Amino acid sequence: MMKMEKQILMGLNGDEAVAYAVKQVNPDVVAAYPITPQTIIVERFSEYVADGLVDTEFVAVESEHSALSSCVGAAAAGARAFTATAANGLALMWEITYIAASLRLPIVMAVANRALSGPINIHNDHSDSMGARDSGWIQIYCENSQEVYDACIEAWRIGEHPDVQLPVMVCLDGFTLSHTMENVLTLPDETVREFIGERRFITVKGHTGEAELRLNPEAPLTMGPLDLQDFYFEHKLQQVEAMKHALRVIPEVDAEYAEVSGRRYGVLHPYRMEDAEVALIGLGSTMGTVRHVVDTLRSEGVKAGLLKMRVFRPFPAEELIEAVGDVPVIGVLDKAASFGAPGGPLYEEVKTTFYDEADRPLIADYIYGLGGRDASPQLIRDIFRRLEEIRARGEVAEKVSFVGVRE
Amino acid sequence: MSDLTLREAAKKTDLLAPGHRLCAGCDESIIVRMVLKAVRGPTMVTAATGCLEVATTIFPYTAWRLPWIHSAFENAAATASGMEAAWRAMRRKGRGPLAKYETLDIVAFAGDGGTYDIGLQALSGALERGHDFTYVLLDNEAYMNTGIQRSGGTPHAAATTTSPAGHVIPGKREWKKPIDEIVIAHEIPYVATMSAAWPMDVMRKARSAFEAEGPAFLHAIVPCTRGWRYPSEKTIEISRLAVQTCIFPLWECRLEEGRPVYKLSAASAAIARRPESKKPVEEYLKLQGRFRHLFRPERRDDIIDSIQAWVDHRWQMLLEKAGF
Repeated sequence: MMKMEKQILMGLNGDEAVAYAVKQVNPDVVAAYPITPQTIIVERFSEYVADGLVDTEFVAVESEHSALSSCVGAAAAGARAFTATAANGLALMWEITYIAASLRLPIVMAVANRALSGPINIHNDHSDSMGARDSGWIQIYCENSQEVYDACIEAWRIGEHPDVQLPVMVCLDGFTLSHTMENVLTLPDETVREFIGERRFITVKGHTGEAELRLNPEAPLTMGPLDLQDFYFEHKLQQVEAMKHALRVIPEVDAEYAEVSGRRYGVLHPYRMEDAEVALIGLGSTMGTVRHVVDTLRSEGVKAGLLKMRVFRPFPAEELIEAVGDVPVIGVLDKAASFGAPGGPLYEEVKTTFYDEADRPLIADYIYGLGGRDASPQLIRDIFRRLEEIRARGEVAEKVSFVGVRE
Repeated sequence: MSDLTLREAAKKTDLLAPGHRLCAGCDESIIVRMVLKAVRGPTMVTAATGCLEVATTIFPYTAWRLPWIHSAFENAAATASGMEAAWRAMRRKGRGPLAKYETLDIVAFAGDGGTYDIGLQALSGALERGHDFTYVLLDNEAYMNTGIQRSGGTPHAAATTTSPAGHVIPGKREWKKPIDEIVIAHEIPYVATMSAAWPMDVMRKARSAFEAEGPAFLHAIVPCTRGWRYPSEKTIEISRLAVQTCIFPLWECRLEEGRPVYKLSAASAAIARRPESKKPVEEYLKLQGRFRHLFRPERRDDIIDSIQAWVDHRWQMLLEKAGF
C-alpha cells in the first residue's frame, strides 16, 4: 500500500475502467465494433482519440470479425493492439480468436460478458467467453471495476512475456460491472507506461535466419503458413506449453503490479476457506455477492467459504487443490450451460482437477443466472443450504442443478 | 513508374521465389511476381486463404522474400487495415519498429471467393475507412483451391463443380458480379484491371496503386488451367483473348475531383478506336473446357449469343464511361 498516495480515486463503471486503462496504456491500434454492453468502452476510447489524449490509431471496423482481424494484422506488424466485444460479437470473431492465439499475438481484448443469442438477450452470463475457452486465449474474470482496471494493465505484461506470447481476454460481467459506477483507484499515466514498457519481441528461426516474430521488411518472416500433419501438432504443443508458462508468469506480473499499485490478486482468491465446511467456487461479479453471504452465514455460525477463480485459462489446477484444502463440500457456480455435457464448464474443470486426489471434496454444480437472471443473496444462501445438506448426507444427490429458474 | 523498363524489371529479384507449388501454367504467380516488381521499398503482404497461400507456404518452406501473413479467408482487407494502422500509429508516435519507414507498401492478395463473396464486407469496410493499401484481386473465377466451385465471380454458363453443366441446367445461371463498379462506388483513388498478357501494364498499374494515397484495387484476370480446363501453355493466350474479346477489358479509374474518371488502357483503347478488331467472345470460350458444353454435343447458340450480348453491353457501358 506504500504507493497508494499516488493513486487517484475515480468513479468509473467497468467499461470506463477498461477504456481508462487502455488510454493509459496508449496502444498503437484499437480496432473495435460496438455491441451492448461493451459499447461504452469504444465510446470512451473514441473520445480519448478525438481529444488527442492517445496516439492510438482507432480503426472503427465494420464487424467484430474485422476488429480482431485488424488486431491480428496490427499485432503481427509489431503494434500493441486492443479490441473489445461481447456475446455475438465474440461469436463472430470466433475463427480469428484461434488464429490470433496460434500466431502467438499478444492482443488484449475486453469481453463485457453477455448471453449468446438465441433468444437474443443483452444481459450477463458467461456463455460467450466460455465458448471461447479452448481458443488459446488467457482468460481473466473480474469481480469489480477495480479488478477490471488492474487486469487491463497487467494483461499486456502477461501476454507479451517472452515465455507466453498469447492473447489475453479480460472478462467483465455485462451491466453488473460494465454499466455500474464504482470507486476505482487509478495509477498515474507514467506509472502505467513504465509498468508496461515497450512491446518486446521474441526471436524465432526464420527462412532468412534469426528474426523477431513480427512482419519486418528487413528480416522477413512468413506468418500463418499452411501447416500440415508434419508440424501442426508440434505448434499446438507450443501453445500448450505457453499456457503452462502463463500460469507461472501471471503471479509474477501480479507481484510486480502489487509493488506499484498495492493490489495483488493471484490466479485465484480464497476467502475464509481455512476452516470452511462448505464453499462456493465461481467467476466474476457474483463473487462479491457470495462474499457478502459468506460473511452473513459466518455470523450465523455456518462455516462458509469462497474461492474466486480469477484466471480460468490457464486453469490453475494445483492452486485450486491447495486452496480447497480440507474443505469437504464444494459448490461450483457456473454462469454458462454446456448443452449435453455432464455439467457446466467450471464444474467440469473442478471435478477433473480433483479426480486424482485421494481426499477430494464432494462437488456439486449450480448453473445460475443465464441471460442475466438475478443472482440474489437469497439464491446464494439457498445454494449454501444445499451444500450443508450434502455435507450432512455425505453424498451428492443431485450433481448438477439449475437454480433460480422456473421449471 | 513510367521509368521502370522491362529490362530493369527483369533484373529485380522476384519477391515470390521459384520452387513454390502452384500449378504449371498458373497465372497467379505471374501476376504476383509482376505486381511485386513495382513495390517502392519496404513492403508487407497479406494473403487470403486460397491457392496462393497454400501453394507458397507449406511449413517449413516459403516462397516469400518479404514479410508475409495469412490469417483467414475473408479478412485480407481487415488484416491489411491493421497492418496499415500499425504503421500509421508508429509514424505518428515516432516510436515502434515501423516508425522509420516513410513509405510502406501494404499489399493484400485475395481470390475471387475471398473478394466477391466471403471477403466483400471486410473489403468494403477497409475501402470506406480509407486505409492506404493495395488490394489485388486474383480472379480465377471460382473456388479453385477447394476444387472449382462457383463464386460470385464465376462467369455465366461456366461449368464448376457446384454449377455443373447438367442435362437441365447448362452451368452457372447467374452473371458475374460487377465487382469493379462496387469498388469504384466506394470512391477510392485508384482502380484498375490487369492481364498478364500485358506485363508492363500490370507493373505500371501496380506502381500507380502503391503511389495512390488511400486504398487501391487491382483486378487481375487469372486463368486457371485446372478450373478453366485448358492446356497449361495457353495461360497467356487466354489472358490476351479475355482482353481482345472485351470480356475483360483493360482500364484504370482514378478519382478526380470526386468523380471516377475511367481511362482505357492501350490494348482496350485500340479496340475502342477500331471496333472491327474486337474478337467474338466465342474465340475465348471455345478454348476452355468449362464452356465445352456450349459447343458439344450440340452448339448452344442461344447461350453463346447471350454471353456475347452481355459482353457487348458491358463494353458499351465502359466506352461511355471512358468517354468514347
